[in-house]
Amino acid sequence: MSLVHRIGNLFRRPHLDNEIDSEIRAHIEMRTADNLAQGMSPEEARRDALVRFGNPVVMRERVTAEDAAMALDSIRRDLHYSFRQLRRSPAFTLTAIVTLAIGIAANVVVFSVLNALILRPLDVPKPAGLYNIVQGPHGFDNQSYLDYLDYRQRNNTFSDMAAYRFLYAGLSTGSAAYKAWFYEVSGNYFDMLGAEPLLGRFFHTNDEHGPNSAPYMVLSEKMWRTRFHSDPAIVGKTVDLNKHPLTVIGVAPASFHGTDIFFWPDLWVPMVDEPEIEGWDMLGKRTAHAVWILGKVKPGVSAQQATDNLNAVAAQLAKQYPTADDKMSARLVQPGLMGDQFGDPTRAFLLALMLLAFLVLLAACANLASIFGARAADRGRELAIRLAIGSSHWHILRQLLLEAICLSILGGICGLLLSSWLLRFLSNWNPMPEFPVHVIVLPDVSVYGLALLLSIGSGLLFGLLPARQVWQTSEAQVIKTGTTGKLIFRRLTSRDLLLGVQIVLCTLLVTASLVALRGMQRSLHAPLGFDPQNVTLALTDMHMAGHSGKEALVLQKRMLDGAEQLSGVTAAGIIDDRPLGAGASSDYVYRQGATDFRTSASVMVPDMFSITPGYLEAAGTRLIAGRDLTWHDDAHSPEVALVNETFAHRMFGNALAVGQYFMTGKSESYQIVGVVQNGKYDSLTEDAQPAMFFAQEQRDASDTTLVVRSQLPSPVIASELSHMLDKLDPNLPMTIQSWPNELDFVLFPARVATGALGVMGLIAAMLAVTGVFGMATYSVSKRMKELGVRVALGARPAQLMRSALGRPLLLLLCGSCIGLLLGVIASKLLAQIVYEATPRDPLVLGGVLITMALLGLLATWFPARHALRIDPASLLREE
Amino acid sequence: MAKNDLQGSLDLLVLKTLSQLGEQHGYGIVFHIQRASGELLNVEEGSLYPALHRMEQGGWISSAWKLTETNRKAKYYRLTAVGRRQLQQAEENFEQFVKGVRAMLRYA
Repeated sequence: MSLVHRIGNLFRRPHLDNEIDSEIRAHIEMRTADNLAQGMSPEEARRDALVRFGNPVVMRERVTAEDAAMALDSIRRDLHYSFRQLRRSPAFTLTAIVTLAIGIAANVVVFSVLNALILRPLDVPKPAGLYNIVQGPHGFDNQSYLDYLDYRQRNNTFSDMAAYRFLYAGLSTGSAAYKAWFYEVSGNYFDMLGAEPLLGRFFHTNDEHGPNSAPYMVLSEKMWRTRFHSDPAIVGKTVDLNKHPLTVIGVAPASFHGTDIFFWPDLWVPMVDEPEIEGWDMLGKRTAHAVWILGKVKPGVSAQQATDNLNAVAAQLAKQYPTADDKMSARLVQPGLMGDQFGDPTRAFLLALMLLAFLVLLAACANLASIFGARAADRGRELAIRLAIGSSHWHILRQLLLEAICLSILGGICGLLLSSWLLRFLSNWNPMPEFPVHVIVLPDVSVYGLALLLSIGSGLLFGLLPARQVWQTSEAQVIKTGTTGKLIFRRLTSRDLLLGVQIVLCTLLVTASLVALRGMQRSLHAPLGFDPQNVTLALTDMHMAGHSGKEALVLQKRMLDGAEQLSGVTAAGIIDDRPLGAGASSDYVYRQGATDFRTSASVMVPDMFSITPGYLEAAGTRLIAGRDLTWHDDAHSPEVALVNETFAHRMFGNALAVGQYFMTGKSESYQIVGVVQNGKYDSLTEDAQPAMFFAQEQRDASDTTLVVRSQLPSPVIASELSHMLDKLDPNLPMTIQSWPNELDFVLFPARVATGALGVMGLIAAMLAVTGVFGMATYSVSKRMKELGVRVALGARPAQLMRSALGRPLLLLLCGSCIGLLLGVIASKLLAQIVYEATPRDPLVLGGVLITMALLGLLATWFPARHALRIDPASLLREE
Repeated sequence: MAKNDLQGSLDLLVLKTLSQLGEQHGYGIVFHIQRASGELLNVEEGSLYPALHRMEQGGWISSAWKLTETNRKAKYYRLTAVGRRQLQQAEENFEQFVKGVRAMLRYA
């Protein structure tokens, strides 16, 4: 309280001084009057009164010091002085603030994303102790429902375990049908997470009594608001999901969006309803790895203990179910990022990006430190005078540091404003309209803390680097000689180092972004195994409109017929899950005649697809040997399959595959009738994967992707297709899109990575230019006189250039080489995220060198012209 | 009371003065201490004013500008509730101190 008051008094010092003066004056007058009354002479009376106070100035200072926080007052004066200094060189101030703002904004944005995706716990009411339980081998994230039940019953380290998976279905509310994304969850899901409903109730474990026993659904707040107009009487109403009536029993609060950070579902349904909604039963199939397990570790149990416990259960299960659970093991991973599949690359990439952002800020600090050092050197005479008239070294240093921190705080504020604008944009960004995906990355306390820390830290960093030079300033020396050549030479070396560091960092960043850009460009042109150009897709699921089995097949055939009749269509076919789509299913494959059907005895686990005749042509997948499927490969003829080159090679080596057989289970034997080219099936970065294609008629699949090839523009075909399909079944929810557009989803991570790295590279390039420019300009301006003398003595332009700009250019060359080397090493990290990212690419290496050379040229152009235009006569006259 | 001013005794004198007189300006305080101590204690103005201002910031005393009997404007100080408690504390401390010193001097 008292301190606040005393700080407040700082701002009313004139008033305070006045008051103290009149108080003391009154005292002196009273004393004088009394002295007079005692018979002193007027002069003596006044002198006696004054003497009692001692030195009046010191006295007043002491009284004021009691009233105001004087230590702060001197800082206030320094602050005032700092601002005046900064105002006096607006160009420097502005450059510094902008540089810092960009550096800090880059850090804040990357950190916010890192914070939202990795550091912050899952956004549920009780996030403590939650882990996803995935299979031991990397990349196998899902478990079977039966295994989930066993894990849940037999462990003793988890307080509870829930299962969930997300998928989409057709939702109809009487008047309209559309695609809804939802979670299928076990009954204890909401209770385990500690969620409370906004309206109605959630379902619980005691609602489940075997398959299809709980026909309920819980709506998300957004779904309830947008599709049901916040109907307060929604609880108890019936809504059809894939044509199966479910009763709405509750609405989740707006803040609750399930157990994945970036996924915002429309509704939740009990997992026991799965057979009815989905039309296939994974609940009773131990080999169907389709659910995510989320476990809550008991308090006091470590992650390692929990893992050991789960592995003990897994060993029991492997013994009990030698075929399905062979060699089973378990692992805990942080929840919310879909296990390894999405989590691993995200974590690696964000950490790498954070490092790069930090390097950008470091480069910015090195840049500012060298400018700051140069400024301090220019102010040598001023500093020396201040020292001579009694200022302490410490005081001057404090004042310089204050100047640096003022700058960095201003830069930090601008950076924070810039980044919160960017973050608000990111939070509202829905990169893939087909998926309910977005990430809330709004800054929180830790983000603001980081911004403040970075600001002050960078201020201290670039403020302290020139400090040594201030410390060495002696009053006599500088006044005597001004700035001597020798001094400059020595000072330049410390600045040389800074510039060198900066160039190394910038080259590193430029290399990284070029590597990523090149990788991106290559992945766009990588052989996909199909040709997406001129293809339009219609995505649907027969179950969404309640079709199944033969009935679905009939509808699919009619869809194909309809598509082929559209004018301009050259080919049409159907595949269940298109490659590089939402994720293909796979199955274990055995040699013909195998007797051991344990999963570990399988030859491979190829991706599997169901296609109709015409698909290969429509998709542009080349047939290498054998024949395409025909409409005669139906339920009454022998079961056949097409396989890709990798499949054929793995199973049969160099022998002919066409005509051979393979098995997917005890009684499921297929004859290979054709071999197709390799392709990409799950991700662009995958190595060559085996794949097999079955005849749609021999295995009914409800997922339907109608693939239509046409030379007509995609929007034209899309509207014709939609019209045609509407006539077939108006209740079938349908997404129609061109294939290249649809692939955006697959390319999304690579695009984001490239974009982020591109921005970092751009910032780095900018910093390199300002750094070299600042250094070159300074070195030329400091040596004007020397250069002038050289010109007067007959130096040629080339000699002049060498002496004026040799040092910055040499630095640029060395720095670039070291940076390039580091960049090549660092790019190995990048290769994990960006497909085909390799620095051993002449285009990349050349690109980096050319970029740095251009930057150097750009940055030294103006100083060089300045040096060449030196007029020795006028220069010498000036002195 | 010069440099070897007994710790805290200036505060005690000022607070006691204000508790005896109710309300007084700086000069009046100096005058009162001198007279009440039988001319034994002489408070220096150079120490008094910093002390007054410190005590005011500490909330022990409050001040107001008023007119003296001779119609001069002066800053009058008075005890606050906190100051009253402080005075009690300071008196007790001082008694203890004097007792201790006396016992020390009589020790044989």
